Amino acid sequence: MSDDDVVIRVDHVSKDFVLPHERANSVKSLFTGFAQKNSGHTRKETQHALNDISFEVKRGEFFGVVGRNGSGKSTLLKILAGIYQPTAGTTQTSGKLVPFIELGVGFNAELTGRENVFLNGAMVGFTRKEIQAMYDDIVAFAELERFMDQKLKNYSSGMQVRLAFSLAIRSEADILLVDEVLAVGDADFQKKCFKYFRSLKRDEKTVVFVSHDMQAIQEYCDRAILIEQSNLVAEGSSHDVSTAYTRMFLDQEKGAEVLKKTKQRWGSEEVKYTKVGLEEHKLNDHNKQLTLHTEAVVNRDVTQAILGFKIRAEDDTALIGSNTKLKGHELTNLTKGERLSIAWTFPNIFNTGRYIVDIAVQSENYEEVYDWWEQAATFRVERDEDNSYPVHPMMSVVVKTEK
Amino acid sequence: MHKLRQRYRYSIILLKQLVKTDFKLRYQGSVLGYAWSLLRPLFLFIILYIVFGVFLKAKGNIPHYPVYLLLGIVLWNYFAEVTAGGVGSIVGRGDLLRKINFPKYVIILAGSFSAFINLLINFAVIGVFMFFGHVDLSWRALIIIPLVAELFILSIGLAFFLSALYVRFRDTSYIWEVIMQGAFYATPILYPLSLIPHRAAKVLILNPMAQIIQDGRYVLVTTKTQTISQVYGGDKWVWAIPLGMTAVIAILSAAYFRSRSKYFAEEI
Repeated sequence: MSDDDVVIRVDHVSKDFVLPHERANSVKSLFTGFAQKNSGHTRKETQHALNDISFEVKRGEFFGVVGRNGSGKSTLLKILAGIYQPTAGTTQTSGKLVPFIELGVGFNAELTGRENVFLNGAMVGFTRKEIQAMYDDIVAFAELERFMDQKLKNYSSGMQVRLAFSLAIRSEADILLVDEVLAVGDADFQKKCFKYFRSLKRDEKTVVFVSHDMQAIQEYCDRAILIEQSNLVAEGSSHDVSTAYTRMFLDQEKGAEVLKKTKQRWGSEEVKYTKVGLEEHKLNDHNKQLTLHTEAVVNRDVTQAILGFKIRAEDDTALIGSNTKLKGHELTNLTKGERLSIAWTFPNIFNTGRYIVDIAVQSENYEEVYDWWEQAATFRVERDEDNSYPVHPMMSVVVKTEK
Repeated sequence: MHKLRQRYRYSIILLKQLVKTDFKLRYQGSVLGYAWSLLRPLFLFIILYIVFGVFLKAKGNIPHYPVYLLLGIVLWNYFAEVTAGGVGSIVGRGDLLRKINFPKYVIILAGSFSAFINLLINFAVIGVFMFFGHVDLSWRALIIIPLVAELFILSIGLAFFLSALYVRFRDTSYIWEVIMQGAFYATPILYPLSLIPHRAAKVLILNPMAQIIQDGRYVLVTTKTQTISQVYGGDKWVWAIPLGMTAVIAILSAAYFRSRSKYFAEEI
């Protein structure tokens, strides 16, 4: 790629925060602080929030910044947004950059919804005329037609978020900086957020997305960096970076022991899965059956193998699952080199959300584990008709009223 | 010109919206609302008229004394509103500064402009009293325009300095309050300059606010008042002192604000 395609260039950026133990924000402490400086007793502490960070983001990229709380990733975002100045190094951005560090920047509770639309619009650089042109759409998207002449303080927090979000997605930015705080809120709002992210990806906008939600990073980001204790420790495909991130936690749990296999997959490998996949295009077609394809290879002769799967929700509630034995398929006397292909078909009963597929191969009577693979696949379902139950089978209702 | 507009497009949009918001919020919840912008100088005039026009005869030999007083107070109030209001304005917007990057000077400009709108309304009221008080106007009245410009620059300059200083030292607001109280009496607002010893007058009139107020009265209300040049026996060059002070304050303050503004977000 040519140089023109780099829209964000971060070059050896460091950021220190000086934290005085007692802030010198009164004149008295200015003088006493001065006296202390002379006697060599300054009580300042420098915190290194970022240390020599360099990376580039290209036009149209969905770029993830991963890290634990307090790792410095939000500081990096604020430096990109021009809110903080780097202590050393430079950042360059080209094109209109809009930060979404928080929704509804500049909202004033004493103003009406309508007035706040114009105020927030000005904050992201829209003239009154421009806002007027899109005003109806903004209000309609937020579903707040009847409330626009009420003061914002009378809005529920959900209504405020809806209005703010409806405004945010109007900003015609070339580069968007999105903090994970955007993705909080109720399920319905998250759904809207993710829909919006997908549309950004379609429109080939450049997005820098800060999060510690690996699922979201893997799903949306092309590339990512991992920041740990102010340093950039990994850069690469979002898959590699999120693996590094997961491993970071594991390393910590197991001390210095380096794990060759992640905790998610283990077993004696007599029979091992080689492939797992879900027919994703059917995910949002709720009348269709879903099919989970798995393939396995036999590495050593075994008398019997049981292959099964389980689907659980993100909160670990197991929803459905089965295995070959339960379904009456006896897979006996398997020889080395043999290949197995199993396809599971089940109705799409899933409600809006993210689901995790675990698969396993076990010996006869489940005594030995040949291959235990947690989170072998994940998928996301979107439903227009949303409710709070984890499953959502085909249902109909007959209502009769009598007077 | 087009390039300039493009460059400051965002600042202009923001400035307009902040001034508008400020005005909307100013009289929020009051029954009379915007009418207070007119009523405040009106009632002030009535009080001044009763106190100085009827009871106290401390007016020296100055005609139209209530209008003369009102003009002084209105000019001073503008100065006080911009500077005292400016001190906390950056810190007051801290929430915004930490979330979005925008030209910080817009905050100070917005405060200055909304006070300026108030000043214009006050001038309208003064104009009405001048008309009914049969104050003679001459071409000289136009000099009020550069005087107001000087007032604008002086006030906004100090607001830049104070607001940036306040981010680091929170004592600034109290110190400025004390200074303003002292300065109110050190400026010939309530008393005519002729009533104080000549040597003291020579010092006091060097203060740009005193110069602006006395010049304003001279060109609008009555020539029977003393401008800085008259205090110094007709020396015209003496004007350079308050004007120079204004320019120096404005330039140094703007430079200080500019150098500090990058760090506002993390220092608030």
